[in-house]
Amino acid sequence: MTLRRISIFAVICLCSLGLLISCAEKPDMSGKVAELTKENAALKAQLAKLTEESAKPTGTYKVGAIFSATGRTSFLGDPEKKTAEMLAEQINAAGGINGRKLELIVYDTEGDATKANLHLKRLITKDKVSVVIGPSLSGTSLAVLPVAEENETPLISCAASYKIVHNEKTGKPYKWVFKTPQTDTMAVEAIYTHLAKRDLNKIAIVSVTSGFGASGRGELIRLAPTYGMKIVADEKYGPKDTDMTAQLTKIKGLSPQAIVNWSVGPTQVTVLRNYRDLGMDSIPFYQSHGFGSRKNIELAAGAAEGVYCPLGACNIAEMLTPYDTQYNVAMQYMKNYKAKYNEPLSSFGGHAWDALQMVAQALASVGDDKAKIRDYLEDNIKGFVGQHGVFTYSPDDHNGLTKDAFTMVIVKDGDWSRSS
Amino acid sequence: MVNHHPHFLFYGSGMEKITLASQLLQYLITGLTVGSIYAMVAVGFNIIYNVTEIINFAQGEFVMLGGLIMVFFHVTLGLPLILAFPATILLVTLAGVLLDRLAIRPIRQPSVLTLIIATIAASILIKGAAMFIWGKDPYDLPAFSGRNPINVLGAVIQPQYFWVIGFLIIIVIALSIFFDRTIIGKAMSACADNADAASLVGIDVKRMILLSFALSAGIGAVAGITVTPISLMEYDRGVMLAVKGFGAAILGGLGSFPGAILGGLIIGSIESFGAGLISSGYKDAFALIVLMVVLFFKPSGIFGDIEISRIKRF
Amino acid sequence: MLRIGKLPITIFAVLIIIFPWIADHISAIDHYPDIMVFAGIYCLIAMGLSLLMGYAGQISIGHAAFYGIGAYVSAILTVRYGLNPWTGMLAGMVVAAVVALLVGAPSLKLKGHYLAMATLAFGIIVYIIFNEETEWTGGPDGMSGIPGLSIFGFGFDSVEKYYYLVWGIVFIVFIFTINVIQSGTGRALRAIHSSEPAASAMGVDISRFKVIVFVYSAMLASLAGSLYAHYLNFINPSTFDLFFSIKLLIMIALGGMHSIWGAVIGSGLITFLSYEWLHYFGEFEVIVYGAILLLVTIFLPHGLVGVPGIVKGWLRR
Repeated sequence: MTLRRISIFAVICLCSLGLLISCAEKPDMSGKVAELTKENAALKAQLAKLTEESAKPTGTYKVGAIFSATGRTSFLGDPEKKTAEMLAEQINAAGGINGRKLELIVYDTEGDATKANLHLKRLITKDKVSVVIGPSLSGTSLAVLPVAEENETPLISCAASYKIVHNEKTGKPYKWVFKTPQTDTMAVEAIYTHLAKRDLNKIAIVSVTSGFGASGRGELIRLAPTYGMKIVADEKYGPKDTDMTAQLTKIKGLSPQAIVNWSVGPTQVTVLRNYRDLGMDSIPFYQSHGFGSRKNIELAAGAAEGVYCPLGACNIAEMLTPYDTQYNVAMQYMKNYKAKYNEPLSSFGGHAWDALQMVAQALASVGDDKAKIRDYLEDNIKGFVGQHGVFTYSPDDHNGLTKDAFTMVIVKDGDWSRSS
Repeated sequence: MVNHHPHFLFYGSGMEKITLASQLLQYLITGLTVGSIYAMVAVGFNIIYNVTEIINFAQGEFVMLGGLIMVFFHVTLGLPLILAFPATILLVTLAGVLLDRLAIRPIRQPSVLTLIIATIAASILIKGAAMFIWGKDPYDLPAFSGRNPINVLGAVIQPQYFWVIGFLIIIVIALSIFFDRTIIGKAMSACADNADAASLVGIDVKRMILLSFALSAGIGAVAGITVTPISLMEYDRGVMLAVKGFGAAILGGLGSFPGAILGGLIIGSIESFGAGLISSGYKDAFALIVLMVVLFFKPSGIFGDIEISRIKRF
Repeated sequence: MLRIGKLPITIFAVLIIIFPWIADHISAIDHYPDIMVFAGIYCLIAMGLSLLMGYAGQISIGHAAFYGIGAYVSAILTVRYGLNPWTGMLAGMVVAAVVALLVGAPSLKLKGHYLAMATLAFGIIVYIIFNEETEWTGGPDGMSGIPGLSIFGFGFDSVEKYYYLVWGIVFIVFIFTINVIQSGTGRALRAIHSSEPAASAMGVDISRFKVIVFVYSAMLASLAGSLYAHYLNFINPSTFDLFFSIKLLIMIALGGMHSIWGAVIGSGLITFLSYEWLHYFGEFEVIVYGAILLLVTIFLPHGLVGVPGIVKGWLRR
């Protein structure tokens, strides 16, 4: 027998053994292999039990987090990650939750749906967390919610789309998924209410062709009749576009009474600059709640003056008074974040704050049983004072906010100012 | 208080009712401005292509670097425009030289596939480096001569637009003089026609290649510097600029400078009119569709020579 | 490279079969089978591209489009019309084939750079369509609720089951592709690649073969897209962007263009780099990809499969 034939024979044997081992459950195995297999299975079970026991958090409460901390949308995920880590540190420094430390395990999705999916599976099956906060984006949230549902793990998303907490087939929220950011519906309602008060109803909308923009545009169109709004122009631009003068020129020709722009990221600023460059700044301009960062005002180089935008409390902490419900939490968050990271807080970090704070409350109350945490969130989060609003969850509402979560703000002298 | 005539409140001084003609004029102005940028990118493509027959996929990154490095010199360091401008061009030219030296020259058996892949790799690296240095935020440059808009027949022109178009004209004139009247320029043209014959006559072909990359990079930088005050600049602008610039170059006829200019202006205008009159969501697609149509039906473009496009090695 | 030995294939098959069992017992890598599912999906696309680039010498910087077409056709037919996922998968391959024919026929007459740009433009246009046609594709929010795969009641509803499904398909395609390479078609392809005028002089219909390979690679990419959609149960346009097309290019360049094994190795390595080994770099993984691509192009033009050849060359001296 040549070496070649021996090696082929050996490979075939290995092959067969491999196949047999991987089909260990087949009952009609005979002889030695069956014995070995049984022993193997018993050992495996023992190993699994030990692993499970060591994974059971005798010492810590394990909370998972998936954010787009790097990548194109890091302006969302990075502050969220920083906020979550800061809050976890604070909680542990104050003695933890019922004496046990909070262990936050954070994974970076880079805004990629596939990575988000892999990370969530890993958090659940490998890291054995009891609850997960995040993801940062609507896209990644929609991508992972089947995993959360299948594995019966509560997930509190930090993303905007209402579809995250609305199962289109049943009309009700997904059982295990909650979210903290306000939906576009509320932002649009805040804007439309403001417009209606000022008797403006002939509006032009311009939006970015991303998830955020598409969602906002959808709501603007859907809610227009309710508030008596007539949409005379509906223009779009891409997230990487650098010039919207064509779209704005078309809008200019239709003489709207107000312009509503729905985007997040640099395009919000470019639209403003083009709007100013085209001499359109006598038309009232409304931004979405994605505009909430002083950096944007700066980059607009003066074009943001007089622009309106709906913002959550944490953005305008300094404008609040102690009579405002959210004053305390907002001010504290602002101070702590600035002190730890030496950069101004970002609106988006607040979503992570809200999520983790609720999780901490749930853990303190019911421990780390996944089903109990889920029930706690649904039944016991009532009037929870957060960064972006006062939350009340219920079986029909896993977002918990109303349009009062937004305050209409106007840019004056390069900074936010309350608009009547 | 009920407002019966909201129009009067919001149409204050200076804003006449805008007519279709003014709108079209506005689209044209925007189209020509943006088209000038595409033209500059296309010219850059042609310079390298003429000497080496390589399409430099990293061409757009030079534009991006021009904008961001200018921000560094002018805004971060506070140098006046007169100094920051040439300093930026110098640095970006250096980047072009590095591209040739590190990515193109080392390839031992150059073929179309490997060269395309090499320039793609270079563009990814440059983009990554820019992301590392400047982050993902957009950066702004102050307009060279202010932001007071000029009203022309109901359309609005920003002074910066004139700078963009103006520099395009300067570059065109400078390049014509360079290629027709100077010795180095003529040497480069010789390489373009026939590299072997050129080296027989004593022209250092490798040096000409280096020069072509340097020149392309410099022109790209000018484009970046002049456009940043209008539309800001961020680390990942390069790709779409390169694609559209290439569309302009192909439309005009690969290798032809007048073609590049015309191609750029046409593509910019098609984009602008398309976004305004047809669909703004598909704006980017217009330039790409033009590109594909040209490639399928007349790859030699407007000024290109069919014979040459067949004979060329690649 | 041309004569693919039976031994490597068998060893590879064994390794693939026992891998989940091994991974299950080593906690550090027990999530690897999940990543391997994606490696298998990408391997399918890579095999087709390798045939296109390595054997037919054509370049495509827009293959993410076909990947996306498969995914979206599967998603639309199963979610909006309730069709059987397998039917949807076949429909996807048919659509991809038709599109490839329409785009390929005129494009493949072009040379080098022109073809690269045509495929680049095509890829971006398809991406824009996915993003814009919200009625069909769900727009930027994507489509969710895509059903999983099952056959005669047996559902591929766990990581392990899907792993075996995907890799089973990979093997079938692998063997089929090798047979193609070693057949008359393969010889014609290699002739085209080494010298088009010579091949043409010998009677090879160049355009026809190039288009056939292009269509075949598009169908494989579409198949991969459908498998992806039914695994994640969710798709959105950002998965099918230009950068993914470039990543495919990197897989082929890294593995080696001129061998099917190159596709396997390249796709495997890049998948693990993407989803596991480059975690630390976060968004800066792109710099690693760029560096890999450049270094491979300069120093390893035949990719990793060419390494044994290089080593043999050294040893001979």
